[in-house]
Amino acid sequence: MMRPVSKAILASIWFMILTFPVMGIKLNTVEQTVEWQFDRIILLGVAIFFLSLLWNWCFSRKGRGLPLIALPSGMGATLGRLCSLPLRDSRSRAVSLTVLLLVMLVMPLVSSFYQTNIMILALLYVMLALGLNIAVGIAGQLVLGYVAFYAVGAYAYALLNQFFGLGFWACLPVGGLLAVLFGLALGFPVLRLRGDYLAIVTLGFGEIVRLTLLNWTSLTGGSGGIKNIPGPSFFGKQLSIEDNTIFIYYLVLLAVILTIVVITRLKNSRVGLALQALREDEIACEAMGIDLARVKLSAFALSSCWAGFAGVIFAAKSTFINPASFTFMESAMILSMVVLGGMGSIVGVVIAALILILAPEYLRAFSDYRMLIFGAIMVIMMIFRPQGLVTGERRKYRINALKGEQA
Amino acid sequence: MNNLAKHDAQTTAGPRQVLVVEGLSRDFGGLRALNDLDVTINEGEIVALIGPNGAGKTTFFNCVTGIYTPTEGQIFLYDANGKKQLLNGKKPHIITSMGMARTFQNIRLFGDMTVLENVMIGRHCRTHAGIWGALTRNARTRREEQDTIDRSYALLETVNLAHLWNESARNLSYGAQRRLEIARALATEPRMLLLDEPAAGMNPHETQELEALVRDLRSRLKLSILLIEHDMGMVMSLSDRIYVMEYGSRIAYGTPEEVRSNPRVIQAYLGESDDA
Repeated sequence: MMRPVSKAILASIWFMILTFPVMGIKLNTVEQTVEWQFDRIILLGVAIFFLSLLWNWCFSRKGRGLPLIALPSGMGATLGRLCSLPLRDSRSRAVSLTVLLLVMLVMPLVSSFYQTNIMILALLYVMLALGLNIAVGIAGQLVLGYVAFYAVGAYAYALLNQFFGLGFWACLPVGGLLAVLFGLALGFPVLRLRGDYLAIVTLGFGEIVRLTLLNWTSLTGGSGGIKNIPGPSFFGKQLSIEDNTIFIYYLVLLAVILTIVVITRLKNSRVGLALQALREDEIACEAMGIDLARVKLSAFALSSCWAGFAGVIFAAKSTFINPASFTFMESAMILSMVVLGGMGSIVGVVIAALILILAPEYLRAFSDYRMLIFGAIMVIMMIFRPQGLVTGERRKYRINALKGEQA
Repeated sequence: MNNLAKHDAQTTAGPRQVLVVEGLSRDFGGLRALNDLDVTINEGEIVALIGPNGAGKTTFFNCVTGIYTPTEGQIFLYDANGKKQLLNGKKPHIITSMGMARTFQNIRLFGDMTVLENVMIGRHCRTHAGIWGALTRNARTRREEQDTIDRSYALLETVNLAHLWNESARNLSYGAQRRLEIARALATEPRMLLLDEPAAGMNPHETQELEALVRDLRSRLKLSILLIEHDMGMVMSLSDRIYVMEYGSRIAYGTPEEVRSNPRVIQAYLGESDDA
């Protein structure tokens, strides 16, 4: 008991000394005097003392292999039952999914223009995170420049519209296809790379795309971007801004549902198994008869096409794009969603994407501390739950030999 | 099986060859890891490859399976129709699809995937469903998938792991992981099976079971098996023939009896010739 307390005292003293110049000294520029704020320093010391105790306690629980929060046994079981209720059988699963879908469908009709816009953004990121999840989560290829494919989609629509007058619906497949081509273009040179090396090359790729967009002024308008991108036409009719937003909302919702269905099917297929095997062990993969080059390129292509689609929708939604929307920060954000959600987990990644986009919007009061909180959450998650929010999604198999025995 | 012990000089009238390696050498920079190696494996034969650590046994496996490209020499695999095919320069997954399967000395399972999924991966080169099939899940894809599942489960029964089919591969015991690697290799429908130290880390009882399994595979599936092994008891009782390597060269070959009494082998293993 003594050790954690003395450790906590040491930590609080250390913090008080470290932060003293910032927290404890205040220069009054009007009266040209120095004010000492010992009360704040003491307060900080006390706070650090208790935080340190808590931190130690968490680590000791982790070390002994206990869960961080142990609810009383009855309560824990009840809570667990309550949480798993919607997923218990196929009927309650269907009911809860229907309710969720209804809520999502009604949402833009009852909420404000602003809310709908935020939701569109969140759903776009869900799509991006799910797309990146194919490369990073399922196939284990660390891609740090994912936003480049997003940019390719967005600029494909903006430029094709500006120069050739092509509409949204014509550009949606073109944007996806171009992103796939860029994915393959990135995939070929990095076939032999893995891990850190792959991460660095993809990071560079993302920057090359952004810098090209920024500096090719004659084509892309440089940092001024491209303005007046039309929204999608509704059976040949252009909609007003409000209607357009609602229309795009439904479009994105549909796209997200489609993404989830496609990726779930992909993950549970022969190709999906090969992608997962690629994540686990490349040499064993080859020895088991899997064409590494082909599987890796599929991972890049399948992953990048979602960013292309999302990019086209993004351009149509915001009517204005410039390279500032496609910085490395965005790639990092999308990667965080995949990591926080749980590598390869579809449900987890959807939840993480929604949290990471919606939380900052609805917690505007804490906007000054946004990055601080984000960083703290990341550190805590990586220490106490490195596998992410949702893990252990196992596919169910039907085995004929077993079925005979049980019958 | 004694008539199979006639070494390399095979005529067309003799037993059918499966794997023929001629003058195989492999350099790593200035180091010659394999030196002018000749190996022949006949159909349905169990052959052991032994030698001190660092003799080049695993390098030989890596060359034969296409992970390394040979510096010199030729490797041939006969297909089911008896047609001779050159393996040099072919990619590992092509060689696997031609009928060569292997296990690894340092177990290389797909740890986060289930036992069943590990074996299903082995079926990859014998199945065809692509992305389109995955998206539409048409009747053909579903049939193929169910077939993969059932065949994989049957293979797990063969290696006595069926009860663990839904477990993560990394949670298996060492011996079970080695058996799972064999099941995964079998899923590729090989004609030639290469086992890299299959009994390493097994207790005597498990080793006996493994021996029975290898015999069973040979007789039931008509497999030709080449194994690297340090457990001399197992090597001597299981093998039809033995190749002995030292410093990348073949120093002896023949039946277990011939190899056991070969002075060069005794010297290589024990350092002193009078210490058999």
